Amino acid sequence: MLSFIRKRSLSSLISLIGLLVLVFFLSRLTGDPAALFLPVEASAEMKQQFRELHGLNDPLLVQFGHYVGSVMTGDLGESLRKARPALDVVLEAFIWTLWLAAITMSLVAVAAIVVGSLAAFRSGGFFDRFSSMISLIGASVPDFWLAIVAIVVFSIQLAWLPTSGTGSVLHWILPIAVLFVRPFGIIVQVVRGSMIGALSSAYVKTARAKGVKAGPIIFVHALRNAMLPVITVMGDQAASLLNGAVIVETIFGFPGVGKLMIDSILQRDFNVVLAAILVTAIAIFIMNVLIDLAYALLDPRIRH
Amino acid sequence: MADHLLEVRNLSVDFFTAAGVVHAVRGISYHLDRGETLAILGESGSGKSVSSSAIMNLIDMPPGHISSGEILLEGKDLLTMAPNDRREVNGKRIAMIFQDPLSHLNPVYTVGWQIREAMTTHGMAQQEAEAETLRLLGRVGLPEPEHAVGKYPHEFSGGQRQRVMIAMALALRPDLLIADEPTTALDVTVQAEVLALLKELQRETGMGVLIITHDLGVVAEIADRVVVMEKGVLVESGTVREVYKNPSHPYTKKLIAAAPGKGEMHRPAVKAEPLLVVRDVRKRFGAFDALKGVSFDLAAGETLAIVGESGSGKSTLARMLLRLDEPDAGSAHWKGRDLFKLSPAELYKLRRELQMVFQDPTQSLNPRMTVYQLISEAWAIHPDILPKAKWQERVAELLVQVGLSADHMGRYPHQFSGGQRQRIAIARALALEPRLIVCDEAVSALDVSVQAQVIRLLDQLRRDMGISFIFIAHDLPVVRDFADYVMVMRKGEVVEMGTVTQVFDTPREAYTRALFAASLDPDPDVQAAHRAARLERAS
Repeated sequence: MLSFIRKRSLSSLISLIGLLVLVFFLSRLTGDPAALFLPVEASAEMKQQFRELHGLNDPLLVQFGHYVGSVMTGDLGESLRKARPALDVVLEAFIWTLWLAAITMSLVAVAAIVVGSLAAFRSGGFFDRFSSMISLIGASVPDFWLAIVAIVVFSIQLAWLPTSGTGSVLHWILPIAVLFVRPFGIIVQVVRGSMIGALSSAYVKTARAKGVKAGPIIFVHALRNAMLPVITVMGDQAASLLNGAVIVETIFGFPGVGKLMIDSILQRDFNVVLAAILVTAIAIFIMNVLIDLAYALLDPRIRH
Repeated sequence: MADHLLEVRNLSVDFFTAAGVVHAVRGISYHLDRGETLAILGESGSGKSVSSSAIMNLIDMPPGHISSGEILLEGKDLLTMAPNDRREVNGKRIAMIFQDPLSHLNPVYTVGWQIREAMTTHGMAQQEAEAETLRLLGRVGLPEPEHAVGKYPHEFSGGQRQRVMIAMALALRPDLLIADEPTTALDVTVQAEVLALLKELQRETGMGVLIITHDLGVVAEIADRVVVMEKGVLVESGTVREVYKNPSHPYTKKLIAAAPGKGEMHRPAVKAEPLLVVRDVRKRFGAFDALKGVSFDLAAGETLAIVGESGSGKSTLARMLLRLDEPDAGSAHWKGRDLFKLSPAELYKLRRELQMVFQDPTQSLNPRMTVYQLISEAWAIHPDILPKAKWQERVAELLVQVGLSADHMGRYPHQFSGGQRQRIAIARALALEPRLIVCDEAVSALDVSVQAQVIRLLDQLRRDMGISFIFIAHDLPVVRDFADYVMVMRKGEVVEMGTVTQVFDTPREAYTRALFAASLDPDPDVQAAHRAARLERAS
C-alpha cells in the first residue's frame, strides 16, 4: 500500500513540475511581463527599471532557475495592490474556498449516494422517476440564476438569510445550497447508473442466494463496487469547486479564491493570479492522489 | 406419504419482454429427496436455470412472473411464504453455486468475509463464524486456509474459486444444494475434482443436490436421476441409466446422438509437404513462461488439434501464428516464408490466407454491423479478391455454404442464435478464401447439438476446399471427431503429439492419460467404470 502511495505521488509530482513550467511561461512569454505586471499608465523608464529589478533581462533559463528557487522557498512575489506576500493573500482566501468545497461535497456525497442507490434499487419505480427528474433539473439549472433567485426569495422576500458576506453560520447556507445543486444532480445520476449495474451483477445474485437482507445488499455488496465511477465524477466536481466557484462566490460576496482571482485579474494583480493558480492546482493534485488512494482502498484489484 | 425434500409442481414462469411474453418454463414438475442427486439437462433456452432461480427466489419480478405452480420444501410452499421467512430459507436450508465463480464472488471483499457473511447473516456469532470459515476452507481442499481467508477472489484459480463457492454454500449445512453448471467453466481435471468433492460432501451431510447442466458427461458422473428440458417443457425423466439407454422422447434421442466422441476417428494419409512449419516458438510474459519452445508441421487439408488446460499456452500460440502477439523466439514458415519476420506490408498480403474463428461469436462480431457488412468488409480491405459488384452475390453464396440463407444478409448479429453467429464468423473467415483457419475454442460455447453441426460444417469445408485447420479445444470428444493430428500441451510445452488414433487409443504420456481419465463419458456405465478405476488408483 505504501509503495502504491509513493508511486502515485511521484507521478503527480511530474505533472506538478509541468505545471510550474506552464505558469512560468504564462507569466514570461505571453507578452512583456513588465507590461503585464505594471499598471497600464506606467512609463517606459518604469518598465525598464522593473525589468532590471526582477531580472527580466536575464536569459530565460536563468530566469526559470530563479523562479523555481523562489517557488521552492514559498516566495511568489508581492501582491501589488495589498503590499503583502501574494501567497499569504491567496492562502487566506483559499481556506474559505476549501471549507466551502469540503462542506458542500460532503453533503453532496451523502445525499447523492443515498438517493441514487435507492432509486437504483427500485429502478423504474416512483422514487426513481421522481429523483431522476429532480437530479436532471439540478444538473442543468444555471448557478448564477439559482443564486439570484435564492437571494430574492430567502434574503429579500422571506428575510431569513443574509444576502452576502460572512460572519455567521447563516452566511454559509445560501452559497452551500446553491453550490450543492449541480454536483448533486450529476452524481445522483452516476450513482444510479452504476448501482443498477452493480445490483444486477452476479455477486448480488450470490448474496441473495445466501439470504442477505436488502440493506446490506445495496449498501455493502453493490455500493462499494459501484463507487469507482462515482468517485471519479465526485473528484471532477470537487475540483471545479476548489478552483473557486467564481460566480457563486462573487454573487454572495464570499471571500474565496474564485472571487480573489476575478478581483486580481480586474486589478492586474498578476502575482496573486499566478499564486492562486499554483495553490489551487496543488490542491487538485493532492485531491487526485487521495482519489487514487480511495480507488485502491475500495478495489483490491487496483492495489495489485 | 412423507413429503419430498423438494417438490416442484406444475411450475410456469413467464417473462415480459419488449418482444412479447416468453413462456420460459411451462408446467414442469419434479421432486428430489435427501441424499439424492437430480440433474436437469437441457440446452440454452430450455428454461433449465429458470426453475432453479424460482426455487431460490432469484427471478426479478418484473419482468418475471410465476404464473402457476408450487415449490414445496418439505411440504411448505416457498412461493407463498412471507418475504422474511422466505429469505431465511436461502443459505440456511437451500444454497446455490453458480457457473462462473469469478463473477459470482464479490470482487471487493475477501473470501473469508464472504463465507463468514453466509453464517452471520443467519445469526451466527462473528467468532464462531470465523472458526467455521477456516474449517470449511480446509474441508473443500483449499491450501493454507489461514492465509486464504484474507485473499480476494481474483487471487485464486478458477477451480479454487469454485471451492470457495462450495464452502460458502455449505456453511450452514443446507438440506438442498442447487448447482447451476458448476463445472462448465473449469478444466477437465479440475471439473473431475470439483464433482468428486461435491459427491463426498453430499455423503457427509446427506443433502439433496439439484444439478443443472448441458453436459451428459456430468449427468453420468454425478446424478441419480435426470429430467430433460426442451423449450420450457419437461420432456423426459427417469434414472440416468434408463434415460441414456432407452430415451423415449425424440429430443432426448437427438441430444444423446449429438454427444461427440463416438464416430470414426480420422486416419490421415501419409504426411504431405508441410504448408506450415513451426519451430521452437517461445514467449514470456514478465516472469511467466507462456511457451517454452513449441514445434509442429501442418500440411494442406489437415487438422491439427491443440488440446490442453488453461495456462497451457495453446491460445498464445494461435495468436502468435496470426501475429496478434509477437513471439520472443522461434520461426513459423508458411509456404517457405517466416511469418514472424514479415514486414507489416507483407503481412497484410499474407493475412488473407490465415484466418481465425474465435470462441465467443457474440463478442467477435461487431453488433452494429449487418451480416452483409461483416462478411464483405474483408473485400473492402483486400479489394483485389472481388469487385464490389459481386459482393452481394458472394455473401449470399457464403451464407448458404455455412447453412444460413441469403435473406439473413441484412440482419444484425443479435438476431441470431449462438450457433448461427458462429456460422457467420466462419463465413467471414471464408470470405478471404484462406488456406488455414485457426479455431480457438470455436465450438466450446455452443450447445451440443449445434456443436455437432458446426463440426460437420468445418469438416466439409476441409474436404471440399482443402483448408487446413488448427483446432484449439479443451473438449476431448470434439477433438476426437474432428482432428487428424493431436498435440497435447501443458504449461507451455508439448507433452505429446501424434495422429488422433495414436493419441486417443494409445496415449504415451501420463498427463495425456490423466486428461482422458478426467474427461467425462455420457454413458453412465462407462463413467461408472472410469470412477471405479479412479478409486482403485487412489487406494
